[in-house]
Amino acid sequence: MHVRKLLTLACTAAFAAFAGGAHAQISGDTVKVGVLTDMSGTYSDLAGAGAVLATQMAIDDFVAAEKPDFKVELVSADHQNKADIASNKAREWFEREGVDTVTELVSTTTALAVMKVAKEMNRITLMSGPGSTPITNEQCTDLNVHYTYDTYALANGTAKAVTQQGGDSWFFLTADYAFGQALEKDSSSVVTATGGKVLGSVRHPFPASDFSSFLLQAQASGAKIIGLANAGADTTNAIKQAAEFGITPKQQLAGLLMFISDVHSLGLKNTQGMYLTTGFYWDLNEDTRAWSQRYFEKQKRMPTMVQAGQYSSVMHYLKAVKAAGTDEAGKVMAQMKSTPINDFFATNGRIRDDGRMVHDMYLAQVKSPAESKGPWDYYHIRQTIPADEAFQPLSESRCPLVKK
Amino acid sequence: MEIFGVPSALFGSQLLIGLINGSFYAILSLGLAIIFGLLNIINFAHGAQYMMGAFVAWIALTRFGINYWAALLLSPLLIGLLGVVLERTMLRKLYKLDHLYGLLLTFGLALIFEGLFRDQYGISGQSYDVPELLQGGINLGFMFLPIYRAWVVVAALTVCFGTWFMIEKTKLGAYLRAGTENPQIVQALGINVPLLITFTYGYGVALAAFAGVLAAPIYQVSPMMGSNLIIVVFAVVVIGGMGSIMGSIVTGLGLGLIEGLTRVFYPEASAVVVFVIMVIVLLVRPAGLFGRTA
Amino acid sequence: MQSNMSALERATPLIFIVLFVIGLAAPFFIYPTFLMKILCFGLFACAFNLLLGYVGLLSFGHAAFLGTAGYVCGWMVRDLGLTPELGILAGTLAAGALGWIFGTLAIRRTGIYFAMITLALAQMVYFLALQIKATGGEDGLQGVPRGHLFGLIDLSDNIAMYYLVFAVFCIGFFIIYRTIHSPFGQILKAIRENEPRAISLGYDVAKFKLLAFVISASLAGTAGATKTLVFQLASLTDVHWHTSGEVVLMTLLGGLGTVLGPLVGAATIVSLQSELADTVGSWVTVIMGAIFVACVLAFRRGIVGEIMALVRRAGIR
Repeated sequence: MHVRKLLTLACTAAFAAFAGGAHAQISGDTVKVGVLTDMSGTYSDLAGAGAVLATQMAIDDFVAAEKPDFKVELVSADHQNKADIASNKAREWFEREGVDTVTELVSTTTALAVMKVAKEMNRITLMSGPGSTPITNEQCTDLNVHYTYDTYALANGTAKAVTQQGGDSWFFLTADYAFGQALEKDSSSVVTATGGKVLGSVRHPFPASDFSSFLLQAQASGAKIIGLANAGADTTNAIKQAAEFGITPKQQLAGLLMFISDVHSLGLKNTQGMYLTTGFYWDLNEDTRAWSQRYFEKQKRMPTMVQAGQYSSVMHYLKAVKAAGTDEAGKVMAQMKSTPINDFFATNGRIRDDGRMVHDMYLAQVKSPAESKGPWDYYHIRQTIPADEAFQPLSESRCPLVKK
Repeated sequence: MEIFGVPSALFGSQLLIGLINGSFYAILSLGLAIIFGLLNIINFAHGAQYMMGAFVAWIALTRFGINYWAALLLSPLLIGLLGVVLERTMLRKLYKLDHLYGLLLTFGLALIFEGLFRDQYGISGQSYDVPELLQGGINLGFMFLPIYRAWVVVAALTVCFGTWFMIEKTKLGAYLRAGTENPQIVQALGINVPLLITFTYGYGVALAAFAGVLAAPIYQVSPMMGSNLIIVVFAVVVIGGMGSIMGSIVTGLGLGLIEGLTRVFYPEASAVVVFVIMVIVLLVRPAGLFGRTA
Repeated sequence: MQSNMSALERATPLIFIVLFVIGLAAPFFIYPTFLMKILCFGLFACAFNLLLGYVGLLSFGHAAFLGTAGYVCGWMVRDLGLTPELGILAGTLAAGALGWIFGTLAIRRTGIYFAMITLALAQMVYFLALQIKATGGEDGLQGVPRGHLFGLIDLSDNIAMYYLVFAVFCIGFFIIYRTIHSPFGQILKAIRENEPRAISLGYDVAKFKLLAFVISASLAGTAGATKTLVFQLASLTDVHWHTSGEVVLMTLLGGLGTVLGPLVGAATIVSLQSELADTVGSWVTVIMGAIFVACVLAFRRGIVGEIMALVRRAGIR
């Protein structure tokens, strides 16, 4: 251990001495991208191995197309949704393996923990998986990009569009913890602002498996729309049981945090007619289909928005490293922020001062089994929500970096 | 009409739903109680076995086209058989040791099962449709009762009381009860106690799998579906006391009802109410409601 | 046999001194954060072992103490601006108080009942942690500053932090060691071996058990509070019943009822978790489960227990 460490030190020193001259200033002539994700737990379907694959695709495509004069390497690990494992791993990657950026980071606990470590060590974090808004508000840093979505965008997109389309009375089924309550609060203020009414809400314990009592209370309220302010298994169980109790399709459900992997596992029969907001759908246009098909061939599943966003964010990062000619975090971040993002994932996406990447979002409605042509043909895209409306406006930001 | 400010229709429907959930608790805690009675082991893998029961039904349907009714028999048989193998190869070696080792072993087994299924089928789970015969529902006036839920109550209670009957009223049951009281004497009477133990564990596990198949059309069939449920069932078992078979059935149903009511009056507490009751019961009757005082 | 055992006992101080020196030098060779994690979980497992290994009570709710102390310490240091040593103290006291409540309720039963009662009580703590605003719910209590020890020594330096953790561990370990080898510890062992006899000798068994439980809970709390400072966060993972299971595994793997076993077990499990994170992905749970099963079936003495048995056998020849 001891000797190896000395050797590494010596090598690093030697490299540092050389690096100043001929080459671009990239430590070790290698850019290392770390993917820290949930490989085994709650979020492994929407991020997990698929996110690692997307990263590898981005690296391969970048190397093939841009022919950089540095190497790009991928390391990945399972953070098991434990913040201490995540921060430990990230620190180790930065200190000992020269990792330049830690990416993905699904689940907010791990994301917030790693952001702090990265800021302290002057490295960049790219977040595709986590959804909570504190990431770009109270806890924001200038070296972080929150790339794909956040709960504000999902809840607002869905609540606003559904209310506008006539679903003007709501009842919320809320997971009883900070995250669920925030989701409910955000959406109900949008519903009211758009001219709808909130008839009530019921808090269910987290996690719960039987939702029938809560659903009956929602039914008794007579609301047109039942908003599901919960996530993961809670959402899928609630949806399934709503169909069982004949609540849908008389009343409609709106998933405030749902992914295509949830729809896939529940099946169209249970989910048909639901509204949800997404940052990506594989069947949007020629570009998304082409990329998703390549992904599908390797993973045998269509990408979630998190996995697609992961590709896009890593690609954007690598291009910025090349353009800046360095892997120094501040310079790369400046480059990333000054370059608009145009690829299959985003059109004219840009990264704001609070670290939020803003891009168009889509309001989708789930197809009925009859309308669907086969597996993964799940969404009607009902509306494109322009980037400026989709995300929390900077004027409302609680991020200290945003100058007002 | 209102009861304590809650419309009576809602009140009635919540009671009914409480009964439905209670029948799950009853059947699971019954399995635990039977195993505990003869083996003195708390079967921590009960939740994982419940999950596997549901998965076997799902695999049977999607892979082999075996329908719900066949799965209702097949799945408990298969998982029960797995239980028999586990008892013969592993649990058997622990009977001479502290009973805690049984708890630890089954805890390890639960981790293995859950991990394997998670690796194979992912975390978000699979959807299992309600069998055609039981689709739809009846309008009871105060609520819409899905036929399937009614079936769950009937099936669960039939199995529970059938088990009770078998243990209390048949010869096999008499051996079983005697084996619980004093294995040496029963052995001396020429009864194969080790076989009895194996059978008992297999049966208890099969009950968990049966509950799993019943649950498959209601809940998402997912690798973690049993892991949180099992803790609640443990509390049910502590409240009921391990003494009697009937005790575990009654406590299971009763707690389902109480939980259902909590969901109307104070929904936030509905996950904790079982544990609160547990604490109260322990203070008043340390051996549990139906437990023999140790 | 007897003389060999005392030879082992005579070697004990030497082993401790060697380990102490290794502990002092370690951060210069091994990654400090990793070491700190091992020490925190090591203390946690040692505290747990005091109860299981020496009183024979299996608590399946020890995560509640680890987690509660973590939250209390994190909250006091971050939001009330307490210094780190006061934070650790506060966490320890909070866990001790909680331990007293748990103990009062659970101590009347033994064996499996005791395990299930502690598990259920810990589950209540989990729900509270999820719902109280101050814990940050699912996001966890983030951004706890390490601060300055006694207002003087800056702990943001990893090496300084390490020595604090090492000191805390040594104090905790010493308390446990002294407890085991005191008359009090002898009575605990007597209770474990034969409770009716201990009662007939006139000991208030319930009181002794409760005291042991409170000590164990407090020290688990010390570990949790220290861990919060190291990682600068407290999260729901620490109160989840999986953590309660993990500490059982650490103790069992290292060696139940041995002084050093829990530390060895904790080091093994923590290293495994960090190594497996890169390689096997979703197989982590399966491997943990398999270790559990292997320990129970074939390896009940644990690593340290097996080594001691080997030494003894070698001594006989």
